[in-house]
Amino acid sequence: MSAPATSDYNLDEEFAIKRTPIQRLQMTLHRYPWLSSLIVLLTVIVIFGLINERFLLPSTVSLMIQQTVIVGTLAIAQTLIILTAGIDLSIGAIMIFGQMLMANFAVYTTASNVLPIAGQNPWIAIALGILAATAAGAVNGFLIVRFNLPPFIVTLGTWSVFMGLTLILFKARTIQGPEMPEEMKLMGTRFPVGPFNLTLGVVVMFLLFLLFAWILKNTAWGTHVYAVGDDPVAAQLSGISTKRVLFSVYVVAGVIMGIAAWITIGRVGSASPNVDPMLNLQTITAVVIGGTSLFGGRGAVIGSLLGALIVNAVEMGLSLAGVDQAYRITAIGMLVILAVGIDQWIRKVKA
Amino acid sequence: MSAPTSTEPVVKGRGLVKRFGSVTGLNHADFDLFPGEVLAVIGDNGAGKSTLIKCFAGAHTPDEGEMWVNGEQVSFRSTHEARDHGVETVFQTLAVAPALDISANLYLGREIRKPGILGKVFRQLDKKRMKREAGEHLQDLGIMTVQNLSQAVETLSGGQRQAVSVARAAAFGSQVIILDEPTAALGVRESAKVLNLIQDLRDRGLSVILISHNMPQVFEVADRVHVQRLGHRAAVITPRTHSMNDAVAIMTGALNIPENEQTLAPVNASA
Repeated sequence: MSAPATSDYNLDEEFAIKRTPIQRLQMTLHRYPWLSSLIVLLTVIVIFGLINERFLLPSTVSLMIQQTVIVGTLAIAQTLIILTAGIDLSIGAIMIFGQMLMANFAVYTTASNVLPIAGQNPWIAIALGILAATAAGAVNGFLIVRFNLPPFIVTLGTWSVFMGLTLILFKARTIQGPEMPEEMKLMGTRFPVGPFNLTLGVVVMFLLFLLFAWILKNTAWGTHVYAVGDDPVAAQLSGISTKRVLFSVYVVAGVIMGIAAWITIGRVGSASPNVDPMLNLQTITAVVIGGTSLFGGRGAVIGSLLGALIVNAVEMGLSLAGVDQAYRITAIGMLVILAVGIDQWIRKVKA
Repeated sequence: MSAPTSTEPVVKGRGLVKRFGSVTGLNHADFDLFPGEVLAVIGDNGAGKSTLIKCFAGAHTPDEGEMWVNGEQVSFRSTHEARDHGVETVFQTLAVAPALDISANLYLGREIRKPGILGKVFRQLDKKRMKREAGEHLQDLGIMTVQNLSQAVETLSGGQRQAVSVARAAAFGSQVIILDEPTAALGVRESAKVLNLIQDLRDRGLSVILISHNMPQVFEVADRVHVQRLGHRAAVITPRTHSMNDAVAIMTGALNIPENEQTLAPVNASA
């Protein structure tokens, strides 16, 4: 055969390309997508800290962290799903469903006239609530995987379905804190950490973030979640059972939503079907601001924690600065668009 | 033409049929790959080259027909099953996950886990070992000497990505490596590198199936050339017995070669 001119082919040379500082920044952000959200969070803290010294008071910081707990915990579930290039609009509805189921299992209510379920051991009630949320997640996963339906449409449908089911089964009755056994409100237990005041729910949220950060980085499952979101065909050809991975993601997300339901009862102090109808969008906001790409395969759960904190910090900071709520939601909206714009820029990175 | 030997094909297909709705991808195709040879598969667009090798790669399951690997009758339902039989494929799309790093891609779908309970129950990855062995594989093949194996594949050039995909097949393939248009997206230097690698793989005793549109490349490296036409095997020739023009004529149906003038038996690979 002819001697090909390969001797001068040195890939090391190609790697030694000189980059401008902007390109290097782009490369770095590309490798650590959550880094930009960390920078934003620190900037936000510095700016609002300078505007109003009350912003950095331990009591304010404690409140901000406590306020993050519901969206933050749910954002873990949303991150897993968005990493697979999916999206979950039913996330808040499932959480509320699980929460109402927990409360109605533990307490005699008007719904108890219909459902012979009340007065259970609160631990059993909590476990059943988490189980119900897991099953709801499995329903989403089943519809998406088995019938190849787009996650957006499936969860748009199950969002309504679980809201409706909650109202049908539990009669839209808010179960007040004093009615419930203490175990139900356990996650709201406050305790001091230095000058700060945290709740058990906050601790559980942080532990969940650490757990899933570890799982995504260090397990085969984690790698497969990224691979499936990145390029499902490539993942399939590489021998990954993409359907199994996708389904498992929705089930795991369901478990997290169930835990979030318990945390929410602790945080709110009651179990109400009208917690917050915008929870699904708030989690997506946190995930996107946290640097996870809506196109899948790129991002990290830690970013979503930062994203949730950023949203709360901006809200709190603007509110302390006396800015009207209308302007606050406008600011959050612009933040989301900025985050997506940065994501697009980072994705354009070239070797 | 060499005398037929008693060597059994390492990959054999008989009467393979694969339909996609009303389109017939494979129409009773036969196929033989002998140990230690480089077999090129050529054919016009839509002749069923990719469909054919995807059956052996486990990406397609034929509707009819039988397949053997090493004399054992097989029916692959996934690329996993093909890999278990020592058949590795470099797909035209490369099948890499762009956002994952090089070592994660090399082990995609067959990650090395930590020994003991961490690996078994928690499925924890042995990242250090994966990184080390990935580096060894790449070095071994002389494909590239990338220092940073935690670099995302999407930051690599086309040739480097190709190298990662080829390295993955070469690292794990114990019997057969299938390469689907490995040089289609590459420049001259990078193509030459891949052709060298193909011969290197053969020298290491592996059998290679090479799909290519590039006639000069095919005639440079192939021991035998399987010409696919209209979903079946039109002829098998060698670069010694036939010219490139003959090959093109067979591809287009202008030339028919009787079976006794074909090379259906292995030729003695003499490099």
